[in-house]
Amino acid sequence: MSATIPAGTKWWSGGKSPFNVSYGKVMMWYFLMSDAFTFGAFLISYGTIRFSVNHWADPNHVFNSFPFAGHANLPLAFVSLMTFILIFSSVTMVLAVHEGHHMNRKGVEKYMILTIIGGLGFLSCQAWEWTHLLTGEHVAMLNDGTLSVLPTTVKMNPWGEALSSSEIMTALQKTSHEQLVAIANTLHHGAEGAHHAVESLTNQELINQIASNTEFHATHTGPIAFGGYFFGITGFHGFHVFSGVIINIVMYIKTKLGHFDQRGHYEMIEKAGLYWHFVDLVWVFVFLCFYLV
Amino acid sequence: MSAQHFENPEITFQPDHSGGTGKIWKIFWVLSVLTIIELALGYFLYAKHGELSYATVLSTKCVIGILTIAKAYYIVSVFMHLGDEVRNFIMTIVVPLILFVWFIIAFLSDGTSWKNLRNTRGGSRPAETEQVEKAAAEHSAH
Repeated sequence: MSATIPAGTKWWSGGKSPFNVSYGKVMMWYFLMSDAFTFGAFLISYGTIRFSVNHWADPNHVFNSFPFAGHANLPLAFVSLMTFILIFSSVTMVLAVHEGHHMNRKGVEKYMILTIIGGLGFLSCQAWEWTHLLTGEHVAMLNDGTLSVLPTTVKMNPWGEALSSSEIMTALQKTSHEQLVAIANTLHHGAEGAHHAVESLTNQELINQIASNTEFHATHTGPIAFGGYFFGITGFHGFHVFSGVIINIVMYIKTKLGHFDQRGHYEMIEKAGLYWHFVDLVWVFVFLCFYLV
Repeated sequence: MSAQHFENPEITFQPDHSGGTGKIWKIFWVLSVLTIIELALGYFLYAKHGELSYATVLSTKCVIGILTIAKAYYIVSVFMHLGDEVRNFIMTIVVPLILFVWFIIAFLSDGTSWKNLRNTRGGSRPAETEQVEKAAAEHSAH
């Protein structure tokens, strides 16, 4: 697709862009390059901390849920869906740019709408995933040796190493009645009637009930930095997706109003496209660092 | 190209946009297949967790990393059309990114070193009181 450029063209003699690219597009590229260093620094910082501790959260345990699939163990499934949504919205974006080159307003509108839908779909997935982690209930042993039901937040998470059954028994003996009730309730998956029945049991009855449940497992608390890095980096990426969707909506409206037809070219769609593809590019690396390895 | 189509006046040589969408869809399939291979390798690591040697796990992760870089190349080169720009411009984007080679090696080895220090008490000097006690013990032994 590249232009045929005569050999010996004097790019730097003035009067033309020495890169054969408009100022706006050059600056978009340099912005994206600086943004790549920001994301790169975040991910490398995450890698450094992860390499510096003996145990890190196992992504296959942390991210093993799927909406409406209950407690089924489905590692990698939901994040694959998110990845394909973003790849597909990248394709519709590049098709919008392609239609723009051919001055086809209807085509640009159609593909911009599809791209916006893809972006919103991705954001919805991320909202579900965050909610699932922030409200998740997993049993972990605190520093004082008692068991507690923990979510995944920037301050705590239950993704440490698994406890042995003898460690669990020792910890259960120390755990308060209130926490034992909370743990027993996680095993009933919130069934209504069971909730009240559990509260009236004695500590020993609760311990027997918990220990005899084959589904029950408990862990040490996880590396404290995990939540901060996960929510920080996926949040920063999600914010890029969000602002990308806003930019795409503005571009869709401007297309609809015929602004680019009046201008004679659809270069703004190309610039919005560069930003959108960058968002996909960053996700490729977030996907690698947080979910795959 | 329709009659009223003219590019930004800053551009001297108009790029050729007459190509179809074939290449775009081809790259879509390339990206999808690379992602599926990555997922298969990721699932392999999960399914065989605890059974594989350290070297196997590390090399599988390296392969996944290389596939990721291949995906990044296709996105930047084709979807972002960087491959179609003039060479000087490509270089102003790509050359600064070489900094990442140092960045990754330096920081990850720093993290590894940090872990070693943690696990071995870092060969740190004994606390001052211990030094004093030791000196006192040596003194009285003479």
